[in-house]
Amino acid sequence: MQQVMTKDEYKKYVDKKSPNSSLIRNIPKAFLVGGLICVVGQFFTNTFKGMGMEKDAVSSLTSIVMISLGILFTALNLYDDLGKFAGAGSIVPITGFANSIASPAMEYKSEGLVLGIGAKMFLIAGPVLVHGIGASIIVGIIYYLVTT
Amino acid sequence: MNNTLISYISAFLVGGVICSLGQILIDKTKLTPARILVLFVTVGVFLTALGLYQKVVDIGGAGATIPLTGFGYSLAKGTFSDVDKHGLLGAFTGGIRATAGGVSAAIVFGYLVAVIFKPKAKA
Repeated sequence: MQQVMTKDEYKKYVDKKSPNSSLIRNIPKAFLVGGLICVVGQFFTNTFKGMGMEKDAVSSLTSIVMISLGILFTALNLYDDLGKFAGAGSIVPITGFANSIASPAMEYKSEGLVLGIGAKMFLIAGPVLVHGIGASIIVGIIYYLVTT
Repeated sequence: MNNTLISYISAFLVGGVICSLGQILIDKTKLTPARILVLFVTVGVFLTALGLYQKVVDIGGAGATIPLTGFGYSLAKGTFSDVDKHGLLGAFTGGIRATAGGVSAAIVFGYLVAVIFKPKAKA
């Protein structure tokens, strides 16, 4: 005889089964992809250091190159596929920040250069910059008060 | 083992761990990616201010600077170095100065690809 579950029973069943098993599958993927993106970053850092550049320039240039790569892969529609596999492994690195700018910019281009691309590119990057820069000003003021 | 190989292994491990923390947050708390990014940058700023993130950077290299917590690290480090030079004014100039390269690249190249490339048609 076929066993029939009510919707509630099924939902409980799924909730019980899914969180841990999906987490166990997702973490290695996030670790692998996130780790590899950082290895690429390390490659550029080592290369620029080897060229005798000073420390601040090395870190700026590494960011610029990684962000450019993130945007290029987004433009070629490859970064979204990577994201489906990697989850946080592609969101957390700075390439994910680049993706969060290029992806809505491309998607909303039909709404125009100003309110389409210009506005929507900051859909996610805007909040990140607001909170990041805001936090840096707060710790900067505290640092000033403590050190003087 | 030579230093280059060690730098790659530590970047992989530290970067992998930071991304895994993000994955745990996404799966366990249902935070949206936007909130994860905001959280990671802000946490990076405060951990740097407490002197903790520098230790992670010393171990992990790009494994610590490439994740968004590293963006927070650059913001905070730039702020402190400008406060040292210019006093209170530095609190308002250091963060953006230190991250200007990445942010400018993101704006310019993001704009260009949006003009040139077509987004994938949504199925």
